[in-house]
Amino acid sequence: MTVLSPPAARPLTRPLVPAERRTEPAPAIKADIRNVHFFYKKFEALKGISLPLYDRRVTAFIGPSGCGKSTLLRVFNRIYNLYPEQRAEGEVIIDGRNVLEPGYDVNLLRAKVGMVFQKPTPFPMSIYDNIAFGIRLYETLPASELDGRVEQALQRAALWNEVKDKLKQSGLGLSGGQQQRLCIARAIALKPEILLLDEPASALDPISTSKIEELIHELRSDYCIAIVTHNMQQAARTADFTAFMYLGELIEYAETEKIFTKPNKKQTEDYVTGRFG
Amino acid sequence: MTLYQRRRLSNQVVLGLSLAATALGLFWLAAILTTLLANGLTALSADLFTQMTPPPGSQGGLANAIFGSLVMTGIATLIGTPVGILAGTYLAEYSRGSRLAEVIRFINDILLSAPSIIIGLFVYEVVVLRMGHFSAWAGALALAIIVVPVVVRTTEDMLRLVPDTLREAAAALGAPKWRTVVQISYRAALQGIVTGIMLAVARISGETAPLLFTALNNQFWSTDLNAPMANLPVVIFQFALSPYADWQTLAWGGALLITTVILVLNIGARLVASWSSVKR
Ligand SMILES: Nc1ncnc2c1ncn2[C@@H]1O[C@H](COP(=O)(O)OP(=O)(O)OP(=O)(O)O)[C@@H](O)[C@H]1O
Ligand SMILES: [Mg+2]
Repeated sequence: MTVLSPPAARPLTRPLVPAERRTEPAPAIKADIRNVHFFYKKFEALKGISLPLYDRRVTAFIGPSGCGKSTLLRVFNRIYNLYPEQRAEGEVIIDGRNVLEPGYDVNLLRAKVGMVFQKPTPFPMSIYDNIAFGIRLYETLPASELDGRVEQALQRAALWNEVKDKLKQSGLGLSGGQQQRLCIARAIALKPEILLLDEPASALDPISTSKIEELIHELRSDYCIAIVTHNMQQAARTADFTAFMYLGELIEYAETEKIFTKPNKKQTEDYVTGRFG
Repeated sequence: MTLYQRRRLSNQVVLGLSLAATALGLFWLAAILTTLLANGLTALSADLFTQMTPPPGSQGGLANAIFGSLVMTGIATLIGTPVGILAGTYLAEYSRGSRLAEVIRFINDILLSAPSIIIGLFVYEVVVLRMGHFSAWAGALALAIIVVPVVVRTTEDMLRLVPDTLREAAAALGAPKWRTVVQISYRAALQGIVTGIMLAVARISGETAPLLFTALNNQFWSTDLNAPMANLPVVIFQFALSPYADWQTLAWGGALLITTVILVLNIGARLVASWSSVKR
């Protein structure tokens, strides 16, 4: 694909961001990350990261393995709090409040900030209950309404047609790609405001991958999405903004088109052209 | 001899030794079971389940002992299982990196391997002597103390097998810790935990020593938990050692019953453990 040809000098034949997107109004900041440091025990995995995540935009995080992409995503919903030996410093401002401050209700935060992991994590229960589990945490709905919500989520995750006749079967019986879409459905069933996707397609075949990419396009109009990926084309295809990280630091953050065509930093250029990392 | 031939030869020798060892183990098991069947089957009759333990020289059965064993095993399971599950849950889910957990785990392991006669003596000291008499409660308590460490251990082990990613996934939906434990971890570990409980029941259903010091025995039908209560292991112990042929026959019958129950529980535990592969 064009993206991998040497950038800067040659302009791309096709703009990376479709024309209709560029006419959209300027995005609002959904989450403002300010000087975030992260520690696994003594090891500093993030060394002062600052960047905004825009609403109704997709932001891709790229960088070599171990540079801290997953770690950063895990700060946004404070999932690292499950492990006492991990801690974050700095601020993540969502809707005017620093979600890292000790008093912030993490469960409410996580309802607002959904997450999908690299490996599919279906719960050991039926497909239906996998989706309903999250909804039941926050709402007591009459059965018919719950059915509707489950269907809606599965529809959006492009899974409905494949599972509508076996909703009562175990979610563990689905294929890897279906399981991953189940996990996405589970996350969007809660109507989060921010969606974190950590290499959501890395374990999937090309067809499932493109389904998930379509889904991201689809969801973009309602959510603020952050996606980690090792696949340059995927970043170029799905993201409006791209952040390049290296060894726990944010090297460059800009519109995807700029990162892939005329990045400011040599390191970024080398990475996106495949010369290192 | 080439290296390959040598490897083949040593493979065959070790394989042969392993087979011999297996055969030796199985031989004794088969010997025990056939003796048990040969002697126990003659004792099997309706009387065994309806008549009380007789005085020497007269007809009788084991009804009171069967009832007593069921009651005490049942109570012990009812007490021991929740305690064991809760403690195992604490160890696996809540005690990440805590010192206290290490200590508890260590003590539990000691309790797990403690000879049951010690547990019987302990309950004798603490309960029987204070109450002034033997009782079914004391027996059930002693058995419960044996159940707890088994259930703690299996519950913890099984919960540890549940991958952290599953807990993260639940937490990422905003599920509070307790819901994650109850609805996700327990569900994922269910088969293992149930298997552990069944094995614990199998373990106590043949215990003699702790009952000898606590529930003792009772020649009559008794439903009073505050009084001594008959039970299969102690009756077998007493009858098998007696010089009376009737009693010895009854002891064989009781032994066959216990063995059958233990066998059924073990097979059941295996079936439960294989649920998952069937359901998927
Ligand atoms: N649980 C942990 N304990 C200690 N160090 C960790 C832990 N998880 C990650 N790290 C370290 O933190 C750094 C960043 O890891 P992270 O998983 O965020 O990288 P990543 O960019 O997501 O890599 P990948 O692309 O391979 O997923 C790495 O150096 C890693 O070794
Ligand atoms: Mg990662």
